[in-house]
Amino acid sequence: MKKMLDTGNAACALAVKAARVDFVAAYPITPQTSVAEKLASYISDGDLDAKYLPVESEHSAMSAVSAAAAVGARVFTATSSQGLLYMHEILHYAAGGRLAMVMANVNRAVCAPWCLYVDHQDAVSQRDTGWIQLFAATTQEIYDSILLAYKITEQVHIPVMVNYDGFLLSHSMMPFETVDQDLIDRFLPPYQPDWRLHPQWGGTFGNVTPSDQYVPFRTSLAADIVAAGDLIVAAAEEYRDLTGHWHGGLFDIYQPEGAEVFLLSMGSMGKEMELAVDILRQQGIPAAGLRLRVFRPFPGVELAKVLPSEAKLLCFDRNCAWGTGGGALLSEAKAALFNRRDKVQVAGQVMGLGGEDLPAQYLADKALEMLEVLK
Amino acid sequence: MHKTVLNPVSRPQPGAGGPTGTWRSQRPVVDHDKCNGCLFCWMFCPEGVVGRDDRAIDLDYCKGCGVCAVECPQHAITMVREEER
Repeated sequence: MKKMLDTGNAACALAVKAARVDFVAAYPITPQTSVAEKLASYISDGDLDAKYLPVESEHSAMSAVSAAAAVGARVFTATSSQGLLYMHEILHYAAGGRLAMVMANVNRAVCAPWCLYVDHQDAVSQRDTGWIQLFAATTQEIYDSILLAYKITEQVHIPVMVNYDGFLLSHSMMPFETVDQDLIDRFLPPYQPDWRLHPQWGGTFGNVTPSDQYVPFRTSLAADIVAAGDLIVAAAEEYRDLTGHWHGGLFDIYQPEGAEVFLLSMGSMGKEMELAVDILRQQGIPAAGLRLRVFRPFPGVELAKVLPSEAKLLCFDRNCAWGTGGGALLSEAKAALFNRRDKVQVAGQVMGLGGEDLPAQYLADKALEMLEVLK
Repeated sequence: MHKTVLNPVSRPQPGAGGPTGTWRSQRPVVDHDKCNGCLFCWMFCPEGVVGRDDRAIDLDYCKGCGVCAVECPQHAITMVREEER
């Protein structure tokens, strides 16, 4: 174990190196670029025994890592914003193809208008591609989530996207602790895929299927991604037992004791929300923070278990679910709680778009506004 | 935990893409009296459904594209609409 002070992107690249990936393809985009730069340096300096493929676009980067995953390599790519949107077609291919892979998505607003700063519109726009989506809130959690992501993806054969906020996390320095290589090697033994494309085998990947053969692929992905929730928690617990690092299971819950008002969010604002919870508690409001660590699969059952029967759930969305009047967390939470038919109440607001600052007092004030709506 | 996942990988084999012969609207009919066995049809067929020895067409997978009929130097292959047979 070694204490370090560095950026979120540096922590991400260190974790990818520690995972001993075989293949990296990435295309530069702000604020992701320094992840790809660091990995290219590790490889050219001989610190990481992997192939780095310079590509002409994010569409090519995702295509390249998909092909490398299909021949059985442990692969990595990273992107942001428009780059993630440009990958969209191949994101479906990777998930439908049940390829094990990890991608870091450094969250950034999408065009138009052009904006370099954080919101979660890029990731939320890829919600229905079949990828598992994790959200980290600290540099330490970025490092640990990358390693966790490899454990998960190689178990469930569903690609995993590790999201973290552009600039707030990617470029801010924060202390974190790396894990000794021998522990990581125990957690992540060399990848042994069930199958791999090979010239001697002579098979094809993603071939045409008639409807009756197509359906089982899609329904098994639908079932397996939901079932992955339990495996994510189990993998996080195994990692905790090995390293002592713990950020929560599907949620990171702050001050749940006696709580009646729950503040739901993702990413770094979920950590700031802890300070907002403190402010609300000082005012006598029994608030708790619910930071979502796993956006896909959406932990609806677990959310319903956390909330008491008269809970007020406040959704802080750093994204727009266009046409619904709110953000994705609001729609997801309402859908997850609909069958309870008890006195639980849900409200939500969209905020923090394009890097709009969200200090604790602002978040506490927004919580009070939402509570007014629920009165 | 280890569970076998349904993966979209396949090896080439007859019928891997389903009964593609059902796509056909017209079928090739070979006049074996005119055929001199040059094997142009066997070479040009994009689906590999022409028998090398007997020029018999595998109608389970022939899509009816008509390439064989166009390429045949002896004009020994005629395309016949399926509903007219």
